Amino acid sequence: MSALSALPRPLLEVRDLRVSFDTDDGVVHAVDGISYTVHAGRTLTIVGESGSGKSVSCDALIGLSRAARTRIGGAILFDGRDLVSASEDELRRLRGNRIAMIFQDPLSALHPYFTIADQLVEAVRAHRDVPKRAALEHVLELLRRVGIADAPRRARGYPHELSGGLRQRVMIAMALVNDPELLIADEPTTALDVTVQAQILELLGELQREREMAMVLVTHDLGIVAEVADDVAVMYAGRIVERAPARELLSAPEHPYTWGLLQSIPRLDRPREEELVAIAGRPPSLIERPSGCHFHPRCAFVRESHRRLRPELAAPADDPGHETACLLAGGARRALWLALRHGATPQQARAAVPGADDDPAPAP
Amino acid sequence: MTRYVVRRLLWTALLLLIVSVLTFVVFYLLPSADPARLRAGPHPTTELIAAIRDQLGLDRPWTVQLGDYLRQLVLHFDLGHSYRNDVDVRDAILERLPATISLAFGALVLWLTVGIVVGVISATRPGTWLDRLAMGGALIAISAPVYWLGLVALYLLSEDIGVLPILPGQGSYVGLTEDPWRWFTSLLLPWCVLASGYAAIYARLLRATMIETLSQDYIRTARAKGLRRRRVVLRHGLRGAITPIVTAAGLDLGAILGGAILTERVFNIPGLGTLAFDAIGNADLPVIQGTVLFGALFIIVANLVVDVLYTLLDPRVRVA
Repeated sequence: MSALSALPRPLLEVRDLRVSFDTDDGVVHAVDGISYTVHAGRTLTIVGESGSGKSVSCDALIGLSRAARTRIGGAILFDGRDLVSASEDELRRLRGNRIAMIFQDPLSALHPYFTIADQLVEAVRAHRDVPKRAALEHVLELLRRVGIADAPRRARGYPHELSGGLRQRVMIAMALVNDPELLIADEPTTALDVTVQAQILELLGELQREREMAMVLVTHDLGIVAEVADDVAVMYAGRIVERAPARELLSAPEHPYTWGLLQSIPRLDRPREEELVAIAGRPPSLIERPSGCHFHPRCAFVRESHRRLRPELAAPADDPGHETACLLAGGARRALWLALRHGATPQQARAAVPGADDDPAPAP
Repeated sequence: MTRYVVRRLLWTALLLLIVSVLTFVVFYLLPSADPARLRAGPHPTTELIAAIRDQLGLDRPWTVQLGDYLRQLVLHFDLGHSYRNDVDVRDAILERLPATISLAFGALVLWLTVGIVVGVISATRPGTWLDRLAMGGALIAISAPVYWLGLVALYLLSEDIGVLPILPGQGSYVGLTEDPWRWFTSLLLPWCVLASGYAAIYARLLRATMIETLSQDYIRTARAKGLRRRRVVLRHGLRGAITPIVTAAGLDLGAILGGAILTERVFNIPGLGTLAFDAIGNADLPVIQGTVLFGALFIIVANLVVDVLYTLLDPRVRVA
């Protein structure tokens, strides 16, 4: 821990964040006690399926999910200030200013009836008392910076006149107009063509390095993690189930859910006949979550006791930066992943790994 | 755009021609009365009726009469003369038009203002007591018939018979150019009565589209920019939700300009509506024709204006 404490204070520190919604069907526990930190100039990627709580946790960061029937608990420390207890006005002054956000579908996220210039100038003037002309100059410069040729003409146009990639560049420019210290990107490339995805990620990376900006990037695509992330948090059913530096998570994943995510990506270095392994089952209901380990109904390595015991996020002594919330023993997990990597099915792996069937706390 | 408008205007001419033929045919198939007999007075002789019939040209076959009428209409924009009192129909309509226009536009301003304010208030607080109160009130306003509401309003507020006599000059319309203040006071109640139902419908319409708009991604973006809530709702929200309101306003205005018969009758406003109403009672075909044609013209033009406005309001729509 001494290496960690030597780092400067993190720009963003999320502690035990909880978000729940009251609905007619019951309380939805969208985010159930997650913690992470992000330092200036670093990227944290939050990975998970739809409904894992990843987007909700981001909206909560800047108070966008503050609906009448939403409850937010825990702490969100941004530059030392707690945003959970902050007033709406205080949050509003941070939004689009020190903390900016970009969204999944740039077509629906831009107003269809206002010109690009209008929307970007408005973003500048929401926080800075500058004349329209000066704001427009600044906006055009940024549009050029994010790779929009012919910026003055494009700026006069409407969002529907642009391609998906250009629209996302516009969104990025709009997020950056006030030089934010933290950028939250919620599935920024999901709605884009694959070739455009790579360009947008590259652009985000460049801008981040240029501006020493911290970034929280939400995605369901582990391919993106490999390209941009410094750290990764894998979310499942509102909790973080594994957190590690990106390189380590991709090469030595510890959680069976992460294994499933990794194995469902097609790989060119594998024979084409080899089947992709989808994660069995569906994401759980966040109203009545599974008992014990939330992942147990879909886990191929489940023991009887996993239905009762809830795993806590913890790191082994020899690798404090890599935390996992799993009830399986560390050694067994490494052996299982090795077997899976070499093409074993989960059933084969389970049979082959000695001790994989031991139950840490059998029923009395 | 210009070509589009020109094409639409040509269609308008054709449509009006069809409307006038239809009105003629309907009148001859289902006459409300014999215009010659009505003109002849209480105790007419057969000779007098025949003479009037000859004088008005009613003894000719109706196809010939129609041909004559259309020729006059197309070549000279002449709508003929009233069977009843020989007044030039075009003059009669133009004389009545200012009253109807005053009534229609005043009501439009009123119902748009009230409808939009109430709609926005309700949409931003769905489910609260204020919302319920507004929507409950709207339901009552929609359900109340104009003739009933008009009479109640007169009974309550007009200076001569009112319980609370605060509004002078009810039932005696005065032109704007004659006396602006009396014009205003004489129309105040008619405006309110005519606008109440529309305001209620518009409030409910705007509430529905506004609630949907406020859940759009671009509203979240507006909030993520750090805009004040007022600006998010009134600029981004209202701009996204206003299109159906503008469309409806154009069409409703077109319909009212053709004559708001009930309101005009109740408040004794000499507009197109009362003109048409009296003409039907008198079997006065040229006046019926004229008012129907004007009504149709207003509706068709309103449609055209709405379509053009639509392309201005929504940059995604381009006219082919």
